[in-house]
Amino acid sequence: MIELDGVWKTFPARGSDTAVEALRGVSLHVPRGEIYGVIGRSGAGKSTLIRTINGLERPTCGEVRVDGIAIDKLDERALREERRKIGMIFQHFNLLSSRSAFGNVALPLELLGLSRREIEKRVTPLLELVGLGDKRDRHPVELSGGQKQRVGIARALATEPKVLLSDEATSALDPETTRSILALLARVNAELGLTIVLITHEMTVIKEICHRVGVIDDGAIIEEGPVHQVFAHPQTATARSFVGSLAGRELPASIKAELGAPVEASSQTILRLTLTGEAATQPTVTKLARALGIDVAILGGQIDSIGGHPFALLFLGVPTASWTSGAVSAALASPDIQLEMLGHVA
Amino acid sequence: MSPELLRLILDSTLETLYMVGVATLIGTLLGLPLGIFLATSGQGELFAAPKLNGVLGVVVNATRSTPFIILVVAIIPFTRLIAGTSIGTTAAIVPLTIAATPFIARIVEAAIREVDYGLVEASLAMGATPLQIVRKVLIPEALPGLVLGITLAVVSLLSNSAMVGAVGGGGLGDLGIRYGYQRFMPEVMLVVVIVLIVLVQGFQTLGEYVARRVNRRLRLVCPLKSGPP
Repeated sequence: MIELDGVWKTFPARGSDTAVEALRGVSLHVPRGEIYGVIGRSGAGKSTLIRTINGLERPTCGEVRVDGIAIDKLDERALREERRKIGMIFQHFNLLSSRSAFGNVALPLELLGLSRREIEKRVTPLLELVGLGDKRDRHPVELSGGQKQRVGIARALATEPKVLLSDEATSALDPETTRSILALLARVNAELGLTIVLITHEMTVIKEICHRVGVIDDGAIIEEGPVHQVFAHPQTATARSFVGSLAGRELPASIKAELGAPVEASSQTILRLTLTGEAATQPTVTKLARALGIDVAILGGQIDSIGGHPFALLFLGVPTASWTSGAVSAALASPDIQLEMLGHVA
Repeated sequence: MSPELLRLILDSTLETLYMVGVATLIGTLLGLPLGIFLATSGQGELFAAPKLNGVLGVVVNATRSTPFIILVVAIIPFTRLIAGTSIGTTAAIVPLTIAATPFIARIVEAAIREVDYGLVEASLAMGATPLQIVRKVLIPEALPGLVLGITLAVVSLLSNSAMVGAVGGGGLGDLGIRYGYQRFMPEVMLVVVIVLIVLVQGFQTLGEYVARRVNRRLRLVCPLKSGPP
């Protein structure tokens, strides 16, 4: 549905600023009906990336196709036509304060030249869909952040687009509102079969609704894959730091401080276990303890299911002797289990 | 005060209102599109034309930096071309309009620039044409600022209109100078000043009322509805 091939975007030097290469050869393929997340720090190029998809930015070179149409080759008039098939929502909502919720959703339809009757017929069910049926005459100033974003979503859906672009749509919202907005996006994706590309700097957003994720750094997608895979086995430092930002992904600081005791003088060895697939739902830890007749301390971790894929990350303390003998490694040998020795404590 | 004098004051007030009214109307008709263009024709903007923008900016500034009394006499040939005569109340409308247009244009420009660029971007993403963005987004969103700005222009025109006596334009200012000052009739001067104060106050109040009416944001900040929120 959305294809980017070798897209570069260079902003020319201006005054004393040097030229900026915002995108450096980004290639991306998002099939129909997928929710694709792009995660990156601010300045990594994610905003530029999403803006090339609806032609708000024209790539310096490379190709952008949406539903087979080369967006980057269109003239202004044709581009406007295409943009009507691509909805977009924004971090700061960008609603007209002079219009009610109804008026805001009606705007893209007025631009199309639809009659009042047709507009009424399309806006009302959209407001119902986003759960604002009773707020149609409210102005943005009377709405909460979450409600404003719901208006934004209804507006983006008004022209019945095939693609929805979300530019940090939940970054200005509190965690609870974020979840409800993400649930709405997931519903829209499932019910209307909409392809969604979202950009964010929050891993929880990716975890919550995305099917696939691309990690962008310094203008390039440096890692990409199904969300559960990137979660379980991040390959790059950037991806690891994003994944690590979630609760339970780091060794508790008190234990971290004690690592580094010499092996001979230590009593416990600290391990990081990453369990995916079957291993994540089975009694892996108690099995280990029983098989080797040892005590296992669970020091921290996270157990979760990402897009229906069970996943667990555990920090364990095992007797040093059982580690040095190789018994623990042998007992945990499985393609679903990744084992990493972090150090020893006295 | 004699009935003749009262009659004179009434006539002068009507002359002032006539000059200021027509100059505001034409000044707005010219200044609104000019101001919108100034606000949207910079590099990378909706109607990008940086060179024309620069030239118009210079013209606007030049007009605004000419003292009004100098402008009135300097453009007498042009006034004659437009109004058929260079003296009288109708002729005075020409310099008033020429002074009002760039003033209104700058005020409109400032009001339009106040509109969050995010709204323009959102409209572009919806497939809006530049003209649609002006009509459906920029003007409605800037409306309260535009109304207050035009109110400001009216008040400044009232003050300018006091100087058109130099070309026989009449009006309250002219009356104050000729009767109040030159004929030593302080009571006329006093009445002129009071009428001007009342006019300015009246226009300001009206402008603020209209601005509040068109501004849903302000209206909602000070709730008119009774009962619990």
